[in-house]
Amino acid sequence: MATENSLQGYELMLIFTPVLSEEDYKNAQKKYSDFIKDNGGQIVHQDAWGLRSLAYPIQKKTTGMYYVLEFQAPSELNAKLEIQMNRDETIIRHMVTRLDKYAVAYNLRKRSKNLSTENAS
Amino acid sequence: MAKQNEIKFLTTQRIEKRPKKFCRFKKMGIRYIDYKDAEFLKRFLNEQGKMLPRRISGNSLKYQRKVSQAIKKARQMAILPYVTDLLK
Repeated sequence: MATENSLQGYELMLIFTPVLSEEDYKNAQKKYSDFIKDNGGQIVHQDAWGLRSLAYPIQKKTTGMYYVLEFQAPSELNAKLEIQMNRDETIIRHMVTRLDKYAVAYNLRKRSKNLSTENAS
Repeated sequence: MAKQNEIKFLTTQRIEKRPKKFCRFKKMGIRYIDYKDAEFLKRFLNEQGKMLPRRISGNSLKYQRKVSQAIKKARQMAILPYVTDLLK
């Protein structure tokens, strides 16, 4: 393996319980982004969707606070991340997906499109 | 009783040729299907929220698999329902 193991592109999506207050939601986001940073990953982009209604009730709740985090990390970080998320009971559902190069290009293009529309409007 | 081939119609019977189906991903060069984009994925679901088969959606095999993977991820993250009525 290369000395500095190759960084893989990942995308983490979390759904928090809707009962969370605003600043709990904020520092929960910070907790996970810091966790990734000090385990040798870099945050590419984070995006908080906030309160959204779920398509079906999870744990008797019909709404959830969504949070999407795109990051680069060595491959063994996910196992640690998984333990953290399972232990944290404010998270009702989580998913980590691997991004191939087309996905990374897609996200980049989407962000640049948003930026251009923002400063255009 | 007039035999089948003796029946003459006034106007010639024209079976309209339906347009050739194409894979929208190949044509538009889309390489990645985002599971977070519910509006786009809904085009591949019927009213009950079930996935459309390839013969109806017209996708090529490679992209039909990517679409089904994306839909399953979206369902897992409660962006799309597993089953519903009047999805549209």
